[in-house]
Amino acid sequence: MSFDNAYESLIDHEDAHWAFGTGFTEALAGVDRDVPDVDRADLAAYCLMLGDDALVLSHRLAEWCSRAPELEEDVALANIALDLLGQARLLLTRAGEVEGEGRDEDALAFLRDERDFRNVHLAEIECGPFAGGDFATTVARLLVFSSWKIAQYSRLRGSADPVLAAVAAKGLKELAYHRDHAAQWVVRLGDGTDESHERMRAGIERVWPFLDELYAPHPVETRLAGVAVDPAELRSEVDGVLDAVLSAAGLTRPADVPAARVNGRAGRDGVHTESFGYLLAEMQHLHRSLPGAKW
Amino acid sequence: MDLEAQFERAVEAEQRVEPRDWMPDGYRRTLVRQIAQHAHSEIIGMQPEGNWISRAPSLRRKAILLAKVQDEAGHGLYLYAATETLGADRDDLTGMLISGRQKYSSIFNYPTLSYADVGVIGWLVDGAAICNQVPLCRTSYGPYARAMIRICKEESFHQRQGYELLMTMMSGTDAQRAMVQESVDRWWWPSLMMFGPPDAESSNTEQSMKWRIKRNTNDELRQKFVDMSVPQAQKLGVTLPDPELKWNAERGHHDFGQPDWEEFWQVVGGNGPTNAQRVAHRRKAHEDGEWVRAAAAAHASRRVAREGVA
Repeated sequence: MSFDNAYESLIDHEDAHWAFGTGFTEALAGVDRDVPDVDRADLAAYCLMLGDDALVLSHRLAEWCSRAPELEEDVALANIALDLLGQARLLLTRAGEVEGEGRDEDALAFLRDERDFRNVHLAEIECGPFAGGDFATTVARLLVFSSWKIAQYSRLRGSADPVLAAVAAKGLKELAYHRDHAAQWVVRLGDGTDESHERMRAGIERVWPFLDELYAPHPVETRLAGVAVDPAELRSEVDGVLDAVLSAAGLTRPADVPAARVNGRAGRDGVHTESFGYLLAEMQHLHRSLPGAKW
Repeated sequence: MDLEAQFERAVEAEQRVEPRDWMPDGYRRTLVRQIAQHAHSEIIGMQPEGNWISRAPSLRRKAILLAKVQDEAGHGLYLYAATETLGADRDDLTGMLISGRQKYSSIFNYPTLSYADVGVIGWLVDGAAICNQVPLCRTSYGPYARAMIRICKEESFHQRQGYELLMTMMSGTDAQRAMVQESVDRWWWPSLMMFGPPDAESSNTEQSMKWRIKRNTNDELRQKFVDMSVPQAQKLGVTLPDPELKWNAERGHHDFGQPDWEEFWQVVGGNGPTNAQRVAHRRKAHEDGEWVRAAAAAHASRRVAREGVA
């Protein structure tokens, strides 16, 4: 590498050295965007469910940026957050396209109210760096979330919606890295010191009540047979992964005591936890303050 | 010929100094201090921009900003690695940062108060950093020079991203244009301060120039930055807040006013708008992570004992 490269790069205009990419339109280049013959409102709602899961967890993980226990971990958690944000953008764009009312990814992310978000509670709960958890809770959530998403996306690859199938195929490679990263930390912390073992145990306990919601079929999912994945099918596969990691970490699987619902409803129905309103207030404030602005 | 004379002759002949080469203690100390301060600046610099990640106004801007802040953590890592080739230790240097014994670029002691600041930091602050850093790609110490080549490439990309955000905002609403101008007004003078005090008052310049650690004086770089920024400001449609700023055909450069050097020394001295907050934030992250690092170390050594793997 010549010492003059840095000077040259001031005038070159190719964006190849951007570390993790910011574009997304090319991500699904060549993918058929036909809408399968199902109820459009259902399909749009399903895209929102998946998109909101990714968007909201990405937001939570990005809260670690500049607060991680090691610089390497600042880089890794930001990387995972960026992957999920990329998935969210593809899914929200698809939701808007299927809905056909002219809403783009930003209209869906910034102009919907809490009741219209359809992510699971696991994605939104506070697991650190602020109140509600610590690094152990964060990796516990990431392990559960990515193991569940891998089971879901590996089935979604065969969806009758070509865009969902393509997003799933692309996302799986990323999720495999996320799960590996989380699993390694769960094992390290479970095995590390007395303190880290105790924190890891508490972290797992904190997220465990939110597992049940991951496997509860929503009527939209049930009606979209062939397009959507039946979440009830995922439980045994995810259980197997979690049991293997917990055992390697020297941790015991907590008892299954699912968090109670509100009149039978939870995240997929737009009924969220208290902290979620604050997340949206922060995320949406600037976009809503300047209507008609260009970003 | 003694080692010192040999070293000086090699540096004068533009030969690269490598980690195993003999070097004067003063050269080593100066380099560790300078590279560490640069590493600290990258790490502290994550905070003012990170401040806007959760509020980024579009998903594309959120991705760009998060990726940029992530790059800064990466730059900090390469630079700490460069100090380790000189015998320094990252933990010690982090200790110096969070106890206030080593400094970082004072620019990061200014607050980010609007989303336009994300763009202006990219354009002006990263622009000033590039003017300072591009000459370092030819600095005498090999590992530092090589780290700087990679960093400068990414910084120049960040600068273009920042400028592109500002161009987009200027093509938006009146409120956005006002937001950009207000941000430029706040950041222009602190950006000029990034080149350090005027040459007449700079204590480190002369020896560092002789050792080829530094290659241009503060005032030379400041002039270069002003000359570069004026046409960019015009294209953008903002006014730089300096009534003395004008083209001097005789010199072939812009004349410009002086920043408030009293404010500069106050901020350098620890009394800037966010000095205490920035260091406290870094200290808290480091201290909160102590148990995680201890656990990782305990696990690693237990694994070595158990499985014989390193």
